[in-house]
Amino acid sequence: MAKGVWIVAEQRDGALRKVSFELASTARKLADKLGEEVGAVLCGSGVEAMAAELAKYGVDKVYVADNAALEPYTTDAHATAVAKIVKENDPAILFLGASAQGKDLSASLVGKLATGMATDCTDVKIADGKLCAIRPMYAGKCFGEILIDTFPQMASLRPNVFPIVECAKAGEVVKFDAGLDASALKTKVAEILKEAAGKIDVAEANIIVSGGRGMKGPENYAMLEELAGLLGAAVGASRAAVDAGWRPQADQVGQTGKVVSPNLYIACGISGAIQHLAGMSSSKYIVAINKDAEAPIFARADYGIVDDLFKVVPALTQEVKKLLA
Amino acid sequence: MNIVACVKQVPDTEAQIKVKGDGSGIEEGGIKWVMNPYDEFGVEEALKLKEKFGGEVTIVSMGPARTMETIRTALAMGAEKGIQIDDPALYNADAYATAEALAAAIKGVPYDIIFCGQRSIDDDSAQVGSILAEILGIPQVTFATKLEIDGTAVKATRPIEGAAVVVATSLPCVITATKGLNEPRYASLPGIMKAKKKPVDIKKAADLGVSGASKSKVAKFTPPPARPPGKILCADDTPEGKAAELAKLLREEAKVI
Repeated sequence: MAKGVWIVAEQRDGALRKVSFELASTARKLADKLGEEVGAVLCGSGVEAMAAELAKYGVDKVYVADNAALEPYTTDAHATAVAKIVKENDPAILFLGASAQGKDLSASLVGKLATGMATDCTDVKIADGKLCAIRPMYAGKCFGEILIDTFPQMASLRPNVFPIVECAKAGEVVKFDAGLDASALKTKVAEILKEAAGKIDVAEANIIVSGGRGMKGPENYAMLEELAGLLGAAVGASRAAVDAGWRPQADQVGQTGKVVSPNLYIACGISGAIQHLAGMSSSKYIVAINKDAEAPIFARADYGIVDDLFKVVPALTQEVKKLLA
Repeated sequence: MNIVACVKQVPDTEAQIKVKGDGSGIEEGGIKWVMNPYDEFGVEEALKLKEKFGGEVTIVSMGPARTMETIRTALAMGAEKGIQIDDPALYNADAYATAEALAAAIKGVPYDIIFCGQRSIDDDSAQVGSILAEILGIPQVTFATKLEIDGTAVKATRPIEGAAVVVATSLPCVITATKGLNEPRYASLPGIMKAKKKPVDIKKAADLGVSGASKSKVAKFTPPPARPPGKILCADDTPEGKAAELAKLLREEAKVI
């Protein structure tokens, strides 16, 4: 009988990523409801010391695979290692982050484990002893409650949505052999191209300052960058702005870009096409700044300013400076 | 080079999605159906490879009768032939059952490379391409924004948070396409005329030897939670006044800055 709530911890460059603590805290909450243990799988090279950090957020056992072939991340090495330890231990539930790496790894694991998964969930609960995962579909135009008939019941959890709760547990380290056969590994990392340091990805940001067609040109995003810099925010963009070549594709928010749930989403010069609204409507607070009072974005905004963004945004930047001073 | 591109027909991005009263699905009436935008990048990349290396592009799609229209669109863009998997047993297939059916159909076709969209914009599950690669036992690179092929050597670039990773692998493999990979072409009028005569095989689950049984299901569809009505800030009519009011509300009421 499958038992236990497990997570796959995500680490990069020698540090656990924040989503790992979100996963651990969520797993703890569900495991307590089931009266079961929380297990975490941690793969990489020289990663054992990170196990103690996972213990702080409620992990009972940390299954560590330490192997040079697990660094840097590749789909086949990590999926092989995680699938092996999962098959040996038969957890009931397995959570990953719906991050770039987690989405890649989780989908491969679904194939290796021949199970079902709810992707990019915004809520998970236990109902009748089973996992019930809530996730946006159609980029958030509707939601689905997913039930999984096979084990492990897998779900990837949207970063930045689930609270981090400290809850110290033993975090006993269990080392395992990743079972990697170098000749069977078919992918390797040829190169890692780093972006400018300090850039925050829209998918991971607490606050997003986003600009659309109303920004009128790429040069005007400097004012959004300045405001975002003060707030520790990411700069997002509508499809119109990306298709015009003003902003990189990685910054696009919407149904054909990233679907985001920050605490605060400030939409500047974005009218609110359906596909954009779908991608940001689950933000906690939405601010719209647009000179067109009829723009659909105002119907979703908690706070709306009908005015010229080229005057409002610099004024807002000054106000924020005062507040933070 | 033998190339397969998997496509799915989905509601247009501008479609309003209404949940059925009993929560069993969405209302399909009035929806405009299009090729999944991420699959378009896959089809385009397939055609570019064919133009460079020669060979054939086979389109594989699963869905009800209307799906034929999307297959014809891909054929009009320049693909040679199509396979449509149409069986009511598969209409509510989850990612695993979908990948299983696609894999069974693809096993009957010679392939060097298989393209899928990184996700379909209806289910948003972002799983099918990866599961397909696992079932076929070939490597995969997901969310590719750039692809280079030299002989059987493959280099694909995938964005991650704050960086891009260049992954090296070899043919045969599955690539899931994302925005940035290319600019999909439009079908030309002669292309549309030619597409009508191109062969499309229609397969049932039994032809493929798959049961269609899913591992997961959507037990209930619900509309998104309603947002409380917002306020338009107008305590002061100047941009500066409105900005000050906003900053105050964000700090004191919303407590988000």
